[in-house]
Amino acid sequence: MTERPRLAVVGAGPAGLAAALAAAERGVRVTLVDAAEQAGGQFYRQPAAALGARRPQALHHQWRTWERLRAGLDRHRAAGRILHLTDHHVWCVARDPAAGVFGVHALRGPAQEEGVVVRADAVLLATGGYERVLPFPGWTLPGVVTAGGAQAMLKGGLVLPGRTAVVAGTGPLLLPVAGGLAAAGARVAALAESAGPAALLRQAPALAAQPGKLAEGAGYAARLLRHGVRVLTRCTVVAAHGTDRLEAVTVAALDRDGSLRPGSYRRIRCDTLAVGHGMLPHTDLAETLGCSLSGTAVRVDDEQRTDVPGVWAAGEATGIGGAALALAEGHIAGRSAAARLRGTAPDPRRWAAAGRARTRLREFAAALDAVYAPPAGWAERLPDETVVCRCEEVTAGEVRGAVDPLGAGDLRTVKLLSRAGMGWCQGRMCAPAVAGLTGCPLTAGRRPLARPVPLGVLAALPDTDTGLPETGDDLAEAEVGRTAAEVGHPVADAGPPETD
Amino acid sequence: MVGAACALYAARSGLDVRVVDRGPVAGGTTGAGEGNLLVSDKEPGPELRLALLSARLWAELGDELGAAIEYEPKGGLVVASTPGVLAALRDFAAGQRTAGVTAEPVDADRLPELEPHLAPGMAGGVHYPQDAQVMPALAAARLLRASGARLHPGHTVTGVLRAADGTVYGVRTDRGDIHAPAVVNAAGTWGGDLAALAGVRLPVLPRRGFVLVTEPLPRTVRHKVYAADYVADVASDSAALRTSPVVEGTAAGPVLIGATRERVGFDRSLSLPAVRALAAGAIGLFPFLERVRALRTYAGFRPYLPDHLPAIGPDPRAPGLFHACGHEGAGIGLATGTGRLVAQALTGKTPELDPAPFRPERFDTDGGDAR
Ligand SMILES: Cc1cc2nc3c(=O)[nH]c(=O)nc-3n(C[C@H](O)[C@H](O)[C@H](O)COP(=O)(O)OP(=O)(O)OC[C@H]3O[C@@H](n4cnc5c(N)ncnc54)[C@H](O)[C@@H]3O)c2cc1C
Ligand SMILES: Cc1cc2nc3c(=O)[nH]c(=O)nc-3n(C[C@H](O)[C@H](O)[C@H](O)COP(=O)(O)OP(=O)(O)OC[C@H]3O[C@@H](n4cnc5c(N)ncnc54)[C@H](O)[C@@H]3O)c2cc1C
Repeated sequence: MTERPRLAVVGAGPAGLAAALAAAERGVRVTLVDAAEQAGGQFYRQPAAALGARRPQALHHQWRTWERLRAGLDRHRAAGRILHLTDHHVWCVARDPAAGVFGVHALRGPAQEEGVVVRADAVLLATGGYERVLPFPGWTLPGVVTAGGAQAMLKGGLVLPGRTAVVAGTGPLLLPVAGGLAAAGARVAALAESAGPAALLRQAPALAAQPGKLAEGAGYAARLLRHGVRVLTRCTVVAAHGTDRLEAVTVAALDRDGSLRPGSYRRIRCDTLAVGHGMLPHTDLAETLGCSLSGTAVRVDDEQRTDVPGVWAAGEATGIGGAALALAEGHIAGRSAAARLRGTAPDPRRWAAAGRARTRLREFAAALDAVYAPPAGWAERLPDETVVCRCEEVTAGEVRGAVDPLGAGDLRTVKLLSRAGMGWCQGRMCAPAVAGLTGCPLTAGRRPLARPVPLGVLAALPDTDTGLPETGDDLAEAEVGRTAAEVGHPVADAGPPETD
Repeated sequence: MVGAACALYAARSGLDVRVVDRGPVAGGTTGAGEGNLLVSDKEPGPELRLALLSARLWAELGDELGAAIEYEPKGGLVVASTPGVLAALRDFAAGQRTAGVTAEPVDADRLPELEPHLAPGMAGGVHYPQDAQVMPALAAARLLRASGARLHPGHTVTGVLRAADGTVYGVRTDRGDIHAPAVVNAAGTWGGDLAALAGVRLPVLPRRGFVLVTEPLPRTVRHKVYAADYVADVASDSAALRTSPVVEGTAAGPVLIGATRERVGFDRSLSLPAVRALAAGAIGLFPFLERVRALRTYAGFRPYLPDHLPAIGPDPRAPGLFHACGHEGAGIGLATGTGRLVAQALTGKTPELDPAPFRPERFDTDGGDAR
């Protein structure tokens, strides 16, 4: 083969980076496409260079791992083995099964108005996940942010979201978020976790197999203690209060059956509330390519292959499990793709260490998943007038009405009859809440357009199945939006590729 | 939608009605299409007669249910880009007028009054005040509710019960039998399968269509606006992609652009050429849309019969079985008239218009039972 195969990796978080490096080291030309301005994803979210942060590592652990990945990325970019396209928001990946070619369609530029398409022989989806937030009265007030939003502000913008914060919801992310806020100088008035401490103990065997992770958790807990953060378990936010913005929250203790314990209500003054109820995988691109899902995650085999030929997936797109799991999966996926693109079968023994880590971390993730569950009874407690779908301003009462009396029985019909999920975010935010309220199973939504696309970009697409121009095979990326210039892949000077 | 309308008019004729669906309300094509109630795209003939009856009935339901079904008698505007197309369009409209359609020619210089954002340079158009719009899923749900019929969602029909003499006496579902002296097949694109369960042939096939939905906008598109080539496309027999975008604003804000027409079986996967064609067509009509974002796109499968007319009425091959399916790209618009005709057939009343062209057995060459 004179032309070296080209792999498009969507997402430059831990999974995408590990995959890109593993593939590039094995002679594959990688185009790494990511919406962010810099590599890193959710976990290694980088302070914008312009802010000139002096000691970002103070906010990060596993800083060493990140430095190693970044050094690798820089090296491969300089050598032309990886083309890193930042600020590229992928709205669709199209496949031509006959030709075995993919067109990865992205929007770029600050306004996301320019269409570009990346040509690839295989695609690796490492799009990560997004946060699940369940509604409660007052959750739309300014000052209420997602846990990840607070973390991102901290890591990315280095701006303190507010002075007095409450962190609430459920899941392992609450600990680092509360710890990060406290370390950065905010007063964290309370961390309200709806899971109970006893639940954690029941999962002890799986958790005990994870010394690293437990140490991580213990580290966070120590940090919280040092900052005098009150940790309230089996406790939930009942309401957020304020007129123009958040002024206080009411928290209450949960009984074992999910009811609120009378007399346990407590009002806490704060100007920031960071809430999160776990994460959900991003599956839009995979779904549109025709990949099977299992539950709400992309289904993959031992090599991280989806059931669509030429499509791999790794990291939180295939299930929520933390950065270390994303790294292991990404590494395996990149090696598998490199081997398969050369027409050989990979030898799993070569990635045995990553494979073992993957098994262990998946067990750990499953154990955590069982511990952290949204507070029972939250849906029944939600008053009819609380807005559930923020984009379309649909209330809980309207969502309930779609089922009874109107007769909806699944999320799609609830959406059609109530408009919940029809707006800008296409239900990413409200679908879990709508599912909980209506008793409909939470299914991954079908979103052929993973991002809102200007009609002008759609109209300017080349009239081919993949949306790739007929000519320009040698180009990694072609502009198909309103400008006509074309961008070439940097000349590769890769030396002899490493073989598997 | 068609089943809901049949339920409504049957119940209002005094019948006791049960509605069985394997999914939820509006889970079929009704939840995957648009709600144009058009007379403008139909040439004189049986479909147009049914459309005019339906338009009248929709207007009545609009008075009754109004905002709950997002009924809007906004009118349609068909434009022609060249004088040649315009001449053909005006001829077509003249024919429609003799059939009872209100079709008002609009000169090029008056187009901006009707649609201020329309692309300049159009040769002219025709205004159809009878064209209207509903939100299909809401309409289906509200009509069902208004009918008072008992719903059995999540029940799949697995058999049609027939007595020794061939008379239909109910349906078998995966959750038990339901007995009734009359069964109406309103299974849309799957109407052929349901007919087969009763042992009769009805060649309903799917025809895919994509719709593009934009971000919500203040009302900028006032009518249903489309280019004249749409009219030719409806009756076309070509399997290739033909796009005839109807552009319309909705009560909720988004602009809907639809729809493509392709015969590709039940393939739901995204077709970039289809959305490309929709976007290009819409921008051709309304240049400002170039910068507007599409939030989503979806596909549905229109139920079509070889002669592009629905099957409505009793099936002589299976006494007690009635059909109400195969409405292709007009099942929302034609639902009310269909429901009325079915109710009249069920109660032995004289049909409001000649049902002969819609006879369900018309595709049998041997005229017999397929069993
Ligand atoms: C607040 C918070 C705290 C956390 N703390 C910890 C912790 O302490 N320990 C731990 O192990 N884990 C933690 N995690 C989890 C960790 O961040 C994730 O497990 C990890 O980042 C997953 O890696 P990934 O590569 O799968 O996805 P991500 O890191 O999410 O990366 C996905 C990338 O894909 C890009 N992308 C997605 N869709 C598109 C698209 N359509 N077009 C272009 N680009 C796209 C995104 O921009 C992103 O850069 C935390 C997460 C959050 C949100
Ligand atoms: C993209 C697109 C745009 C369109 N735009 C318009 C428009 O603007 N105006 C217009 O008038 N029409 C339009 N149409 C056409 C219109 O949507 C259809 O003609 C109409 O929805 C058909 O309604 P129906 O009730 O016959 O079928 P459906 O809505 O499909 O209902 C049939 C029902 O039967 C059920 N069913 C099937 N088999 C079984 C079984 N064995 N047991 C139990 N239940 C069963 C299904 O679950 C389904 O709910 C459009 C269609 C598409 C695809």
